[in-house]
Amino acid sequence: MSITLANLTRRYGTARAVDDLSAEIPAGCFFTVLGPSGCGKSTLLRLIAGLEPLDRGQIALEGRMVAGPGLHLPPEARGVGVVFQSYALWPHMDVLGNVAFPIEAAGVRRATARAEAARHLDSVALTAFADRRPADLSGGQRQRVALARCLAARARIVLMDEPLANLDPHLRAAMEDEMAAFHARAGATTLFITHDQREAMALSDLVAVMRAGRFEQIAAPQDLHDRPANAFVAGFIGRGVVLDALVLEASPNRALVQLANGMTLAVRATGTASPGPAQVLLRPTDLRAGGDGPPATVLSTAYRGDHWEARVALPNLPPLPDLPPLPDLPPLPDLPPLPDLPPLIITLPQRVMVGEEVPITLCGGWLLPAKTPA
Amino acid sequence: MAEKTGAAPARWSGLRALFGEPLLLATLGLVALALFVLPLGAVARLALFATGGGIDAFVTALSSRSVQRALWHSLESSAVSAAIATLVGGGLGLLIGLTDLRSRVALSFAILMLMMIPAHVTAIAWMQMLGPSSVLLGALGMAAAPGSTNPLYSREGVIALLALQQVPIVYLTLRAALRALPRDLAEAARVSGATPLRLLRRVILPLTLPALLAGFALAFVSALGNFGVPALLGIPGRYVTLPVLMWQRLASSGPSVLADLAVLACLIGGMALLAVLAQTRLLHRLSVVLIGPPQQPLRLTLGRARPMVEAAVWLLLALTVLAPFLAMLATALVPTYGVPLGPDTATLRHFHEVIFTQAVTARAFANSAGLAVAAGAMVAALAFGLGALMRGRFGSGARGVATLAELAYAVPGLVISVAFIIAFIKPLPGLGFSIYGTHWIILGAYLSAFLAMGLKPVSVAYAALDPALQDAARVSGAGFWRRLWRIDAALIAPAAASGAVLVMLTAWNEVTLSAILWTRGTETLGTVIFNYEDGGYSTLASAMSVISVLATLTLMLVLHRIGRGLPPGIIPWRD
Repeated sequence: MSITLANLTRRYGTARAVDDLSAEIPAGCFFTVLGPSGCGKSTLLRLIAGLEPLDRGQIALEGRMVAGPGLHLPPEARGVGVVFQSYALWPHMDVLGNVAFPIEAAGVRRATARAEAARHLDSVALTAFADRRPADLSGGQRQRVALARCLAARARIVLMDEPLANLDPHLRAAMEDEMAAFHARAGATTLFITHDQREAMALSDLVAVMRAGRFEQIAAPQDLHDRPANAFVAGFIGRGVVLDALVLEASPNRALVQLANGMTLAVRATGTASPGPAQVLLRPTDLRAGGDGPPATVLSTAYRGDHWEARVALPNLPPLPDLPPLPDLPPLPDLPPLPDLPPLIITLPQRVMVGEEVPITLCGGWLLPAKTPA
Repeated sequence: MAEKTGAAPARWSGLRALFGEPLLLATLGLVALALFVLPLGAVARLALFATGGGIDAFVTALSSRSVQRALWHSLESSAVSAAIATLVGGGLGLLIGLTDLRSRVALSFAILMLMMIPAHVTAIAWMQMLGPSSVLLGALGMAAAPGSTNPLYSREGVIALLALQQVPIVYLTLRAALRALPRDLAEAARVSGATPLRLLRRVILPLTLPALLAGFALAFVSALGNFGVPALLGIPGRYVTLPVLMWQRLASSGPSVLADLAVLACLIGGMALLAVLAQTRLLHRLSVVLIGPPQQPLRLTLGRARPMVEAAVWLLLALTVLAPFLAMLATALVPTYGVPLGPDTATLRHFHEVIFTQAVTARAFANSAGLAVAAGAMVAALAFGLGALMRGRFGSGARGVATLAELAYAVPGLVISVAFIIAFIKPLPGLGFSIYGTHWIILGAYLSAFLAMGLKPVSVAYAALDPALQDAARVSGAGFWRRLWRIDAALIAPAAASGAVLVMLTAWNEVTLSAILWTRGTETLGTVIFNYEDGGYSTLASAMSVISVLATLTLMLVLHRIGRGLPPGIIPWRD
């Protein structure tokens, strides 16, 4: 394991920015920590880099303990590279001087360090800018200088704190490719912090979804999308709606559930679920317009670039016909009316009007393994 | 070169870490001990705990008629002059800070001259301008009758010149407050239909009241410690203030009165600290939380009145800054005091005399220049180190030193010099010689009194730095000293340099500290000018003053140049 985090806790006053967090990150992995702002992801990065002390727990990098009870190796002795959100290029040094600094800090003479730094600068195609000041560079170029500085430090572990957040949207896509190339070239374990799920999905081998100082789930991007561990992850990643449901029957990796409006549905599941109350996730791809499904009312529509997205309300199923009363039993109490289903999200190839009725077929779903409040 | 720091065993880096921040903190702690704790502690000990000290000593001191009078004069002159300065400085601040007057930087620069020209030189200049043998008034035919007393030798004269010196303090405080005022607040009032006057009365003045009070308190403390004005005007005018009384006692009886002086020093130092404390409390209580970032300040248009207002402001500054300087220049150019200035009487003899002939004046120029440069450089270095520690894990220790520096800055200069005499008159333990009578004791007093002045721009600059620049250097493997030298030094240098120039300006001009620390061989510019004027050599004193003012002006222009591109709040007169 390249990075081992065991029971990390970091408190600010009474608030826990990082709360008993554990994870193992394999060598060479592009590992993304994804979470809303304020979830503690930047604090986690600073703990690993040694820029903040731990309150509890242990950190081992490349098998070497760097922080734990009575031990706090300062950042300069940890040998990790960091790309900061502001890039943190030293304004008084030229581009080559910035890249040469980590080599000099390792005890190499300045001239030798600059010669070596020139190679790293070449690998990010910035040789022509070697004697410019950071202030004279564009955002993307600054980003590349910061990456070259990481290369020069020869760090086996690179931490990146939202490095794309300060770039224009169109530049961001280009830099994503560059990040991937950088990771492939350096081969270093990369811990990438972001709040942008699109970035996380595009770049990562593994994504950890973080909330309130903890990891909610660590999984490959597609697993995260298709098989979220709980309602928070399901709501945070991709589009979709989480519904309360009742598991009627379960077989390995499948389950038959009943929705609140009385409809039944076969969904994917992990293992064999136990019957009873549960939650299911319906992604837009789990809904299909047409077929012999019940007609749903369109509540709102939005154009999403190459398709239309609509929020639709499914009707309640008609009540079951009355059974003849059984002679030995008291009459059934009046059941409360079935609650309305929350609106579902569906993608449509063409425009629909608000108020229109569209037949909807439910063709799948995902039974959330853990029932937690969203 | 392969895995360098990354492979360093943990215990090694732990040991090495001791030579980083802890070493610097220990060094600065020792310096603080020598500059602040020892001297000020020695005063307090002598006044409170020595035999014959304590309550009795204070009762004895306070029952003396001369002390009572001096105490009252100090309080009266400081309070009244601070009140006048608040009115004038506040008015100028509002006018320049809120309206569309042109050339505001030049105006600010001119107003700051009132403060940058030292008190004793201001006093000499005004004495030359208003005295019976005033060359300037003589040329206009308005001079007072020969033999009549100079009207400035009086309570009113002392108060007027003290007020003039404190105007820039209030002006600067108010300008800073106006800059921090969100423009939206004023615009909301205008949109709600307020006329400029109502805006001023209902919005701006209430919001800047804390700044005005703070300016008043600072002006009061500054006037309390002033020595040049009351010494040159008050002694002939029989209006002796506490610092002047201390100086007189030491000059007439020598170091035997040290215990006596310690009591007086505690008295006036305590008053200054009380005023500063009250100001901090008041500020805390009165300040309103302003929501919104500071923006481009308001520019109320004066319309057709603008040229008139501009002319009035410039005339006021010409009368208070330029005219006294010209009067002093005229005195420096006449062959002997009292001779009218004309094309055939003008002579550069006195300039030649003070620069080339007199050994004592040449020595004074050299001493002051050397002390000023040394003090500026050392204050910059100390401030640089303190600022670096303040943001790290030893922040509280460094802030403690900074608080001591603020304390020493707040107490009157004469208290500092008395403290240095008491602490260092005896031979240094283990070394067998005393630094009393050498340049070192004056330099020490300068460092003690002026460190806060150099620390301010440096800490502003540190606060403006992106902390990620430090973090990036740490994760690049740079240790404390390498970070300090390669990252901070270059980024903080401009601010440290402007702090150094501010300290140089002050040290070059001061007389309060060296007035009782100088001895033969360690005369400073201030003491020689003061002694010449005191001894009746007005022409020589004027010539030296003219040179010192020109040097001051040059240094200020240098500072103006350094200030380009620095964060705001470092160069006082820049927006």
